[in-house]
Amino acid sequence: MTEKAYEDIPGTFVFDADRSREGYWLNQFCISLGKEKNRQAFRDDPEAHMSKFKMTEAQKQAVRDRDWNGLLELGGNIYYTSKLGAFDGIVFQDLAAMMSGMSRDDYRKMMVDGGRPIEGNRYKSEWEKK
Amino acid sequence: MAKITAGIACSHVPAIGVAMDQHITEQPYWQPVFKGFDYSRDWNKKNKPDVVFLVYNDHCTAFDASCIPTFALGCAAEFQPADEGWGPRPVPVVKNHQELASHIAQSLILDEFDMTIMNEMDVDHGLTVPLSVMFGDKTPEDDWGTLVIPLAVNVVQYPAPTANRCYALGQSIKKAIESWPEDINVHVYGTGGMSHQLQSERAGLINATWDQQFMDILVNDPEKARKIDHLEFLRETGSEGIEMVMWLVMRGALEEKVTEVHRHYHVPASNTAVGHLILENHA
Ligand SMILES: [Fe+2]
Repeated sequence: MTEKAYEDIPGTFVFDADRSREGYWLNQFCISLGKEKNRQAFRDDPEAHMSKFKMTEAQKQAVRDRDWNGLLELGGNIYYTSKLGAFDGIVFQDLAAMMSGMSRDDYRKMMVDGGRPIEGNRYKSEWEKK
Repeated sequence: MAKITAGIACSHVPAIGVAMDQHITEQPYWQPVFKGFDYSRDWNKKNKPDVVFLVYNDHCTAFDASCIPTFALGCAAEFQPADEGWGPRPVPVVKNHQELASHIAQSLILDEFDMTIMNEMDVDHGLTVPLSVMFGDKTPEDDWGTLVIPLAVNVVQYPAPTANRCYALGQSIKKAIESWPEDINVHVYGTGGMSHQLQSERAGLINATWDQQFMDILVNDPEKARKIDHLEFLRETGSEGIEMVMWLVMRGALEEKVTEVHRHYHVPASNTAVGHLILENHA
């Protein structure tokens, strides 16, 4: 793997070709939940439905734990993992709140007040100082 | 001859479509978002296009991880609004100008843009939300009131095509459209953005200053806008702000000098900064 300039952006997983390769089956599992027939299969027997996709044990565990940031770290992409969120009845904004470690209300208020500011959120070094 | 008379930039936040479909656009949260579209709908009626060339991105709806085309041109006769997990949006089927789409495909490839050609494709909120913004409320029984040629751009897996490449593609699209013999009025849409990040701990990022500057240079100094690199989009506008490369396709398809007749900017719609421009070509 070569050095990636975007790796110094804090709190961000850039979904590049390496992550896409690593997360392929995890993402295909997640997108399967866009169809009701697959949602039913996952409801009926989560392990059996997951076993249809060649996910790693760590990826399966992150699904079981609903470890939203862990899923991204293991190659998941938000447009895919949000289908697992939707399966659980979690709307996009609440998923964003969970991933950023905020309460639903605090996150919503932050957005209404203009969003997370760019100041202090450009570089990992700025987060380490906190 | 076919003429491109205007370019439209517009965010395609799914929640905007949901707000329209649920008729809650008058609620205090949504009112300031939709207020900025009143002018646009009025303008759109007065400047009615025959064809909209609509640049958008698919959100893992028509393309899952198994196939990721960088530029996919819709050449089918029509496109159904997709079921994105909660049933299709209750909006009209999208009808293509198929002969013009075929002509554009051929012209772009001979101009060395190696397009993917889609002869079957469902279209998601990325395409239908901007149409709803410009054409207002419609039911599945209605007609959109325009033909639509979709161009799907990969912005999900890094790297998206560069701003520069998108701008050059826009220039080639202009050549293709303007060499079509029919006397028709064409609008080009660039959709997505503006600043937003939907994932991980930095979710919710908004950079209003950057967004406004981007609109300024896109309109008045596109040669500068086409040089913005991916790292700047990712760092300054959030991981999903990269969608703004699609605005460059639209800008490339217009004349060098354009008139900005409308601008609307509002934070937030859900997790996103809503940005919208109407640019008219000089006659
Ligand atoms: Fe999008």
